[in-house]
Amino acid sequence: MTDPRDFVAHEAALLDERRLDDWLALFAEDGHYWVPLLGAAQADPFSHNSLAYEDRLLLQLRVDRLKNPRAHSQHPASHSQHVLQPSRIEREEGDEAWLRTPFLYVEARGENQILLSGTARHHLVRTPTGWSIREKRIDLLNAPRALPAIQLFI
Amino acid sequence: MTIYRNRPDLVAALVQDDRVHRDLYLSEELFALEQENLFANTWVFLGHASQVPEAGDFVTQDIAGRPLMMVRQPDGDVHVLYNRCAHKGTQLVTDESGNTGRFFRCPYHAWTYKLDGAPLGLPLKNGYEGTQLKACESGQGLSVVKHVKVYRDFVFVRLSDTGPSFEDYFGEVLGAIDNMVDRSPEGKLTVGGGVLRNVVHCNWKMYLENINDTVHPMSTHESATKAAEALWEGHAPTDPKPMAMEQILPFGSGYEFFDKMGGRVFANGHSVLGVNFSIHSNYAQLPEYEAAMRAAHGEARATEILQRSPQNSVFYPSLSVKGSPQAIRVIRPLAANRTLIEAWSFRAAGAPALLFERAMSYNRLVFSPMSVVAHDDVHLFESIQQGLRAGGNEWVSLHRNYDPAETQQATVTTNGTNELLMRNQFRAWAKSMAAGMEAAA
Repeated sequence: MTDPRDFVAHEAALLDERRLDDWLALFAEDGHYWVPLLGAAQADPFSHNSLAYEDRLLLQLRVDRLKNPRAHSQHPASHSQHVLQPSRIEREEGDEAWLRTPFLYVEARGENQILLSGTARHHLVRTPTGWSIREKRIDLLNAPRALPAIQLFI
Repeated sequence: MTIYRNRPDLVAALVQDDRVHRDLYLSEELFALEQENLFANTWVFLGHASQVPEAGDFVTQDIAGRPLMMVRQPDGDVHVLYNRCAHKGTQLVTDESGNTGRFFRCPYHAWTYKLDGAPLGLPLKNGYEGTQLKACESGQGLSVVKHVKVYRDFVFVRLSDTGPSFEDYFGEVLGAIDNMVDRSPEGKLTVGGGVLRNVVHCNWKMYLENINDTVHPMSTHESATKAAEALWEGHAPTDPKPMAMEQILPFGSGYEFFDKMGGRVFANGHSVLGVNFSIHSNYAQLPEYEAAMRAAHGEARATEILQRSPQNSVFYPSLSVKGSPQAIRVIRPLAANRTLIEAWSFRAAGAPALLFERAMSYNRLVFSPMSVVAHDDVHLFESIQQGLRAGGNEWVSLHRNYDPAETQQATVTTNGTNELLMRNQFRAWAKSMAAGMEAAA
């Protein structure tokens, strides 16, 4: 899988199949998952808060929590569906690539489902075994507004 | 069908000494009566003065179903006005915040108002000659909220003309705001990093009750704390923890920890949970910051401020303060079964950036819509909201550690798992509802 656009589609598919360990393995050691509270308008994760800003330790915590049978909010379990527009490569430089992928995200649980939309922005690094994620940033369309619980990874 | 309107006796009967009736959580009629009475005749948190630093800055906020706006005046004061044009009722501003310049101009017919709401001008003025406009409400300018208190930059309103004064209403619990503000060596806080907003499908009182519930973390948050403990296994207790671990691991503390942290209730529903210690007590010390605090406040006061880190201080009915991580939660009821929860972070002037980072990190981990901790709370609140519809038992138990003597005292200090902190909220609920309904009668 050398085309980074294929990697982005694969990454979303792993989430929708709930293969969370495989998904987490896609992140570089210093990788981050970031959902800024101001969406696309936010410059950094430090001067303003985020809906999520997580390193591998916290992502591991999130994945392990979801697997715990006492994760009450996962009875019944949540499922996600990413509907991606074609990814656009913004920049490729040496072993790094930056992509933008507009998406619709549906998260369903029991009788309810929520719909979110936005743009995923991947910063990828090429490793001997393929691409890995240095940063996955999700710019939600209405990030600062009141939201319901989002249980899975967008 | 109305059951409770004009029946303060029936409303009062919903709150017994050691239990409350399920209608408190389910009834839309009671929700409407709360909007008219409880949220109108108590002091409700609107916002923070740092949100409107310059003259003409405004923030809009709905309180008890009334659209309001907080506006910085040219003389530096903060006023609260109804966001309703005196002419037809158009909202003057529909942005959440902004700067209106030197006056408000209604987008519909261009009536204008000064920043304090006084009428400034209107088009086709001649058309009003000989009419009663000037004498009637519509000619007086914008309606003003008369009872506004800016306490150390925390802005509260009381919409009703009747009801207790600000100081009488909050009394000693104001020490929790003092503690939070005094954690700035310069005595100044500013809202920072935005507000995390969640919509939870439960009654607002259930959420507020849970802020004082120390028996749920062990079972409710088991998934998050077990995962954190497993990840942190093998580290010595003295090993420096990443901030997220420092903040999540204490949720897994046992019943004894929460019982011993202690709680205190005050008249009118307010409380402090964690009068002895709390899950926030063991954050890493910051020697330079503490030196700055001693220089600013003196040795004794600085120690008192820094050692005091309660779990939650509740300013009934809508504000919960965490002095140590410099964060507040604001409860904004939307319907009987829908509540907006806001989590705000603060920067403390003269304090290191790490304090602000702590506030943001705590809110993000615990109160974000993508939190790792809150999903299980939210699931259970929504579950209770459904479960209470079941027949067979119309009552919710608040019996733990009930003592008949407690009803005779305004301030009581007790163990941290006592449901007194919740009973105290419901007694205040009954009192405010009755006062409002009797005043309206």
